[in-house]
Amino acid sequence: MRAVFWKELADYFGSWRFIIIFAVICLAALSATYTAAQTIRGDIAQTPTEYVFLRLFTTSGETLPSFIFFLSFFGPLIGIIFGFDVINSERSRGTLSRVLSQPLFRDSVINGKFLAGLTAIAIMLASIILVVSGLGLRMIGVAPAPGEVARIGVFFLISLLYVGFWLGLGILFSVLFRRTITSVLAAIAIWISLALFISMFAGIAANWVAPVDQHSEAEAILEHERIYDSVMRISPTTLFGEATETVLNPGKRTLRGVVLVREVEGMIPGPLALGQSLMLVWPHLVALIALILICFAVSYVRFMREEIRAT
Amino acid sequence: MAPPVVETIKLTKDYDGTRAVDSLDLRIEEGEIFGFLGPNGAGKTTTILMLLGLTEPTLGVAKVCGHDATREPLKVKRITGYLPENVGFYEDLTARENLRYITRLNRIPERQASGKIDEVLEIVGLSEVADREVGRFSRGMKRRLGMADVLVKDPRLVFLDEPTAGIDPDGASQILDFIVSMSKEKGITVLLSSHLLHQVQKICDRVGIIVKGCMVAEGPVERLGREVVGGGQNALEVQVTESSANLIESIESIPGVKAVECSGDMLSIRGDKDVRAEVSRAIFENGSLPLHIRAQDYTLEEIYLKYFREE
Repeated sequence: MRAVFWKELADYFGSWRFIIIFAVICLAALSATYTAAQTIRGDIAQTPTEYVFLRLFTTSGETLPSFIFFLSFFGPLIGIIFGFDVINSERSRGTLSRVLSQPLFRDSVINGKFLAGLTAIAIMLASIILVVSGLGLRMIGVAPAPGEVARIGVFFLISLLYVGFWLGLGILFSVLFRRTITSVLAAIAIWISLALFISMFAGIAANWVAPVDQHSEAEAILEHERIYDSVMRISPTTLFGEATETVLNPGKRTLRGVVLVREVEGMIPGPLALGQSLMLVWPHLVALIALILICFAVSYVRFMREEIRAT
Repeated sequence: MAPPVVETIKLTKDYDGTRAVDSLDLRIEEGEIFGFLGPNGAGKTTTILMLLGLTEPTLGVAKVCGHDATREPLKVKRITGYLPENVGFYEDLTARENLRYITRLNRIPERQASGKIDEVLEIVGLSEVADREVGRFSRGMKRRLGMADVLVKDPRLVFLDEPTAGIDPDGASQILDFIVSMSKEKGITVLLSSHLLHQVQKICDRVGIIVKGCMVAEGPVERLGREVVGGGQNALEVQVTESSANLIESIESIPGVKAVECSGDMLSIRGDKDVRAEVSRAIFENGSLPLHIRAQDYTLEEIYLKYFREE
């Protein structure tokens, strides 16, 4: 597996797709941070000074969305672009049968390629987060507190899981489909429906199961919201969005959109500890990991039993 | 006694109801060059894939050096080299890097590997282009690199699937020379499949003819020829300066001669043993001179066509 890992990693770093996507993401990240820092500097008087550094990642400017929005949008693209052709391009080039006639287990091929992709992505994300932090540090002149650094670390891991899921999906499609063009189109179709159309489906489902109007009871509205959220959370993009928002914003105490007045009574306003924030999004992380594992399981089953013919 | 290098017992493979390989029994001993002949789609490649553990047999056993290829594929892959029909390389890597990847997958220590790579590149005559990207190689060069690729892991047995298909006669004869020297100098057992009969005939110790998944004939080329076309007989082709009725009569009277046919100055003689000496004497005694005497040997082409007619 080592040999596969190092070769694939070297391939990633030498490839144009890595350089291009890195440039695009850097550009997006830097401009998002720049506008965020401008906004923070602009209204520094009105906002609390706690966790100001974290707000670099979550604040959106007038013209540009926030850094985490960019990441939730580009993350799938990175994963898919890194993964969509790893197996089927080797098959069509005829290198797969050559590699598999060497003494190694088939799963080491998938594992090696996945780990190499994940490592490349990790290096990319880590360097972007560092660059963003550096830029933010200069622009707002506030050093991150240790708690903030820990939260940024957790944010990095969640992002890695999120992009890792799309990488796993890309690899799955590269095993399932013989042609690279089919696998990339299938992956993009899944991405678009999970990122854009899911809110439409969620709305339809919620209206159908628990219709609400202006005169509805609070219970009905809650039910409506609950169904809407559950459908939304099928999408890893939602999971990522909620998880990162909670981790990067210690003031966020619940994931629910609607909170009853009687629930807020007696609540002491103040930031949550990192452990508490994590507890809130723990199911999200588990779900992301489970999604990655499902992609892997299906890839394994298909790839292990497959006949490798050099044609 | 050591187990045969290749042994299959009632090896069978079905694809969606059609039988690609039908109870194939095959034995290849150490150091042999075995030619696996048959038209496209006869089941040659499928048999090789089953011997490598790249596809599972429906029934029967495929063994390499006593290891079951389905159960212990890694042991088999460690000692066998496989050159697929459409061999592919990583086009953006150099010849040396491609081979280096294979040695790493085989866990050959780096120091040993460098020497080995230089050695095999030298053997196939690619030393000068070792550091050129494979994408710029011609088809013949890629095929030679494929031979290097097979040799670099020091195999006991190599499978060559259509090693000469699609390259010019010059390149093909070079490849055939490599195969012979590989077998003779290093004692490597070779199983090569081909539909190009005249090429294979020159170098194979033994051939097997496979049609529609069944082995229809097997043995050394000469013996197959006698059995199949001559009906177990010897045939002579003789050209004389002058043919006469007396001459034909006296040849017919030679013990062992069964039939003589005459057309102009050409005689074709069939018998159940080698009667060349007696025939020459008869020609002299009848006042004629032999210009040409040839024991007719059967080309694979004839053997092969005969089977196709039967089909």
